[in-house]
Amino acid sequence: MIVTRRETLIGRALLVLLMVLTVLPFISLFVTALHPSGTYPDGLSWPSNPQWGNFADAFSAANMDRLLVSSALIVLGVVPLSVLFGTMAGFAFGHLRMPGHRIGFLVFVLGLTLPFEGLITPLYYQVRDLGLLNTRWAIILPLIGLFMPFSVLWMRAHFVNMPDELSEAARIDGASTWQLFWRVHLPLAKPALSSLAILLFLWTWNQFLLAIVLVDDPAKRTMAGALGAFQGQWGTDIPLLCAGSLLILAPTLIIFLIFQRRFVAALLQGSLKG
Amino acid sequence: MARSLVRGRRTRRRPRSAWLGWLFALPAVTVYLVFVIRPLLLTVQYSFYDWNGIGPATWVGLDNYVRLVTDSELFATIVHAFELILFFSFVPVLLGLAVAATIRRIAQSRLALVARTVLFLPQVIPLVAAGIMWTWLLSTTGLINQLLTAVGLGSLTRAWLGDFDTALPAVGVIGAWVQIGLCTLLLLAGMSKIDNSLYEAARLDGAGPVREFRSITLPSLRQEIGVCLTVTIISALASFDIIYVSTQGGPGNATMVPGLEIYYLAFAEREIGMASALAVALTVLVLLCVLPLQRITRDGTR
Repeated sequence: MIVTRRETLIGRALLVLLMVLTVLPFISLFVTALHPSGTYPDGLSWPSNPQWGNFADAFSAANMDRLLVSSALIVLGVVPLSVLFGTMAGFAFGHLRMPGHRIGFLVFVLGLTLPFEGLITPLYYQVRDLGLLNTRWAIILPLIGLFMPFSVLWMRAHFVNMPDELSEAARIDGASTWQLFWRVHLPLAKPALSSLAILLFLWTWNQFLLAIVLVDDPAKRTMAGALGAFQGQWGTDIPLLCAGSLLILAPTLIIFLIFQRRFVAALLQGSLKG
Repeated sequence: MARSLVRGRRTRRRPRSAWLGWLFALPAVTVYLVFVIRPLLLTVQYSFYDWNGIGPATWVGLDNYVRLVTDSELFATIVHAFELILFFSFVPVLLGLAVAATIRRIAQSRLALVARTVLFLPQVIPLVAAGIMWTWLLSTTGLINQLLTAVGLGSLTRAWLGDFDTALPAVGVIGAWVQIGLCTLLLLAGMSKIDNSLYEAARLDGAGPVREFRSITLPSLRQEIGVCLTVTIISALASFDIIYVSTQGGPGNATMVPGLEIYYLAFAEREIGMASALAVALTVLVLLCVLPLQRITRDGTR
């Protein structure tokens, strides 16, 4: 028993150490953000005169209000359509199982591992030819396509586990396939849907490559893309850069902390299925 | 009732509605074809051309691929990507295994529940933000050097991201920081599914922690380890965000990776053909690394 207690103690110590290592960079960022603008403070030192105004300066320097609106618009463009399309296809591949569904699904699975960098060059010309460069659609439309493999896989995994008897009962009651999908299966898929929505929100919000390649104006980008531009502009003013970075990552952090249970569950399942 | 149920089962695949499923899949298939499959095929096509993106393109056959293997700078990007796997993938998985095995017993404690939230923080923020944070930590006046000086290792201090020898490992550390929490928690979740009586039996047979880990924990975690490796290897090979903000591929080309090189070639140097050849190579490499892993994990679960 004494052995077990010592092991528990080591376990706790290790867990605390890991948490400290995770949080330390955030603390360093926060403390540095409070130093006078334009100085080079030491790594982790509390300033004698904390400059809380840095956050206000960074807020206006980063155009935070416009960034929030822009990112929200992009998320609103990507997430509902991705979830809807992914759910319909997942229902088809997992439940209706039409002829050729195996091959169709396999083609989607292959798309799961494609690195975005491998597609970005033709995507640029495609978006340009559609006349959408430098609009939010340049990020929204490709992302819906790029998220489709994961969305379909995720929703199929849900529908494949739904009992056939459920649909049979509804059919006997005279439900068409559309009614079956909309009235019977969609309400039952809510947990899977919301987890998918959380993951897609996070990946859209944090999308960097598409944002910097397809949209020049930082105010029309995602949060991550705008952060890249902010670093380019204020990279030499360390305290202001730190304050701006904190502001830009704050929204996801806040949403994560509010909905942490669902986020953690979604992230764990997400990587298991991905 | 029973008869109609049977009939229902038979008629579920009526010829008339058998193909209906494709109608449901149509929106997904369409966006997938337009924004993934078409660009994928175009990348392959572009890779056989010499094209600056504006003027006419010239067919050059496999020239771009030959250059990829013979040009030491281009080939180095692929080598760097594989070196990053060490940091982005192997370190988080090995450390995650060690940590998760140690804290398995307290997986239900309040501390562990708090940790579930805290350890996910790096997964929630943009990778760009992780890059900016760590650029500051690893700078000459940053926390890492401050800590080294404090413990009397002041002679080791340097600009970690600006030094030819340390830049790539330093970038790797950022990736390890991002991945380790996810790996630990995934492995912990896998461990919580292992029957506790197995451990009790092992203890009774006099097995120590190491033996216990090798004989019980490790074999049961096949699927989770496979998942961790898949996710982290993809993120290593396709790394872009962290390197773009922390080193831009420098100093020199010390941290240049395929993802970043594709971006520079296509959008700064206007060498669309070369960029596309590298993109094809990267995609093939990811598939070559990840597909065997999928097979191993699948076999393990069935």
